[in-house]
Amino acid sequence: MEWFPSFMLFALIGGLGLALIAAPLGVFVVWQRQSYFGATLAHSALLGVSIGLFLETNLTLTVVSVSLLIAWAIFHLGHYKQLSSDTLLGILAHSSLAFGLIIISLQENVQIDLMSYLFGDVLSITETDLFLIAMIGLLIAIFYRLHWSDLLNITLNPELAQVEGVAVKRVQLQFILLLALMIALSMKIVGVLLVTSLLIIPAAAARRLSNSPEKMLWISMLLATLSVLLGLTLSYFADLPTGPAIVLIATVFFLLLLTKKAP
Amino acid sequence: MQTNSPLIEALNIHHKFGDKTVLSNVSLKIHPKEIVTLIGPNGAGKSTLLKILLGLIVPSSGTTQHKKGLNIGFMPQKIQIDATLPMSVERFLLLGLKENQTVSASPKHIFKRLFSTAAYDSTGLSKIAEELNIQFLLQQPIQQVSGGEMQRILLARALIRKPELLVLDEPVQGVDIQGQAELYQYIDRIRHQYGCGILMVSHDLHVVMQHTDQVLCLNQHICCSGHPKSVSQSPAFQTLFDGKQEGIALYEHHHDNSTCEHTHGHTHADQSNKE
Repeated sequence: MEWFPSFMLFALIGGLGLALIAAPLGVFVVWQRQSYFGATLAHSALLGVSIGLFLETNLTLTVVSVSLLIAWAIFHLGHYKQLSSDTLLGILAHSSLAFGLIIISLQENVQIDLMSYLFGDVLSITETDLFLIAMIGLLIAIFYRLHWSDLLNITLNPELAQVEGVAVKRVQLQFILLLALMIALSMKIVGVLLVTSLLIIPAAAARRLSNSPEKMLWISMLLATLSVLLGLTLSYFADLPTGPAIVLIATVFFLLLLTKKAP
Repeated sequence: MQTNSPLIEALNIHHKFGDKTVLSNVSLKIHPKEIVTLIGPNGAGKSTLLKILLGLIVPSSGTTQHKKGLNIGFMPQKIQIDATLPMSVERFLLLGLKENQTVSASPKHIFKRLFSTAAYDSTGLSKIAEELNIQFLLQQPIQQVSGGEMQRILLARALIRKPELLVLDEPVQGVDIQGQAELYQYIDRIRHQYGCGILMVSHDLHVVMQHTDQVLCLNQHICCSGHPKSVSQSPAFQTLFDGKQEGIALYEHHHDNSTCEHTHGHTHADQSNKE
């Protein structure tokens, strides 16, 4: 047995890339209290899987398209104030999940391992995935370079930001679409059910060590990277499912830092 | 002297939420160096009108016009900041500064912004912080300041942009009368210092800023408008404050609810250009 098989290399690159794109989005998810939004997008990613299987299209691209569509829908539905946003998100999360499961069950000749979508399957990572993760990483880097203070101002108070000249809706929509992209691609590594944890746990843990937004960003990127590295190692040597192993490590970081007082 | 064109002008604003009319036939203008105080009871539509003037909501009908490139300093009523966001008061204030760039999407601009570090002009910060007595707060987390301190911080953030129009949403809310007088005197100095127009919203129907050029009383429509009466002319207030109280003034309403729509609904426009 070679000690470092090639599928681990793919998992490692994919996982590290994911950690680096999840953390920057994660800090804003935490600051803006949007973790349920992430969960909704993750659930809808499963709908993407079933549609992809049904139409026999490329799964990754189908999941990405469906997630983007749902994110866009949530963004626009959110402006109708008839329902509170967490009710709306709950409806979307579970209806898209149910709809996805029904479509899967209707296809009798398709045998799929639902577990691998729910909890991640690093063996299924392809070069396309790595390429897409790199592309999104680049998009996020550009977006943050251009709009970092705009995002902070929107987090502080959207109305104030708009009066001060920030294109609030456009920046918010772009952020949400990037979030949807990231979630769609992280499904293979941590799975639908655990995607949100990759967004929020490193960011929440980083809060304890940060006294400025930038510091929290860098530290959460560091913690996410460490979680993925250690989680993959743990998963490989102890033969544990990858997604849960990564989340377990991240949670350990969070708990360790919980004992420290935030500056 | 600046030109006499208004900084902001609203014409025949009507607004409905669903079937409910919240504003009808509201028109107003604010000129440079002019102080306009908007008063009215709860539910009068003050906040809605403010949002329409700021361009945050589009009125059902009517138009608002801003002077081209108008730089607005806005002080919201309150602001809620999640405790997970690590941010000092100083950083909060600096974020209010324009980054020497306006919003633009030209490729050249994006390229420039990608590779430049945002340059803040923070020279005004320490001066404003000192004037508002918040310099000792600058390094504190923004979530830990008291309500009164937060109001001064929000005012500082609005001022740091050197605005042409300062919009204050209930700036003296929860401030005692002594504090109000001080704040009003400061705002009056700002007007002369920066030469900016000021729009202020207050739910106090009787006590307004002394140097207000125009008081607009709003209750879905503009019920009446006029100049405030100096405190010194009011014997009751004179005894109360020993005649020393500068900055605040009383406003006498010249309407009553049964007739106001007919007698005063249209008079405000004529008075807005005086001074």
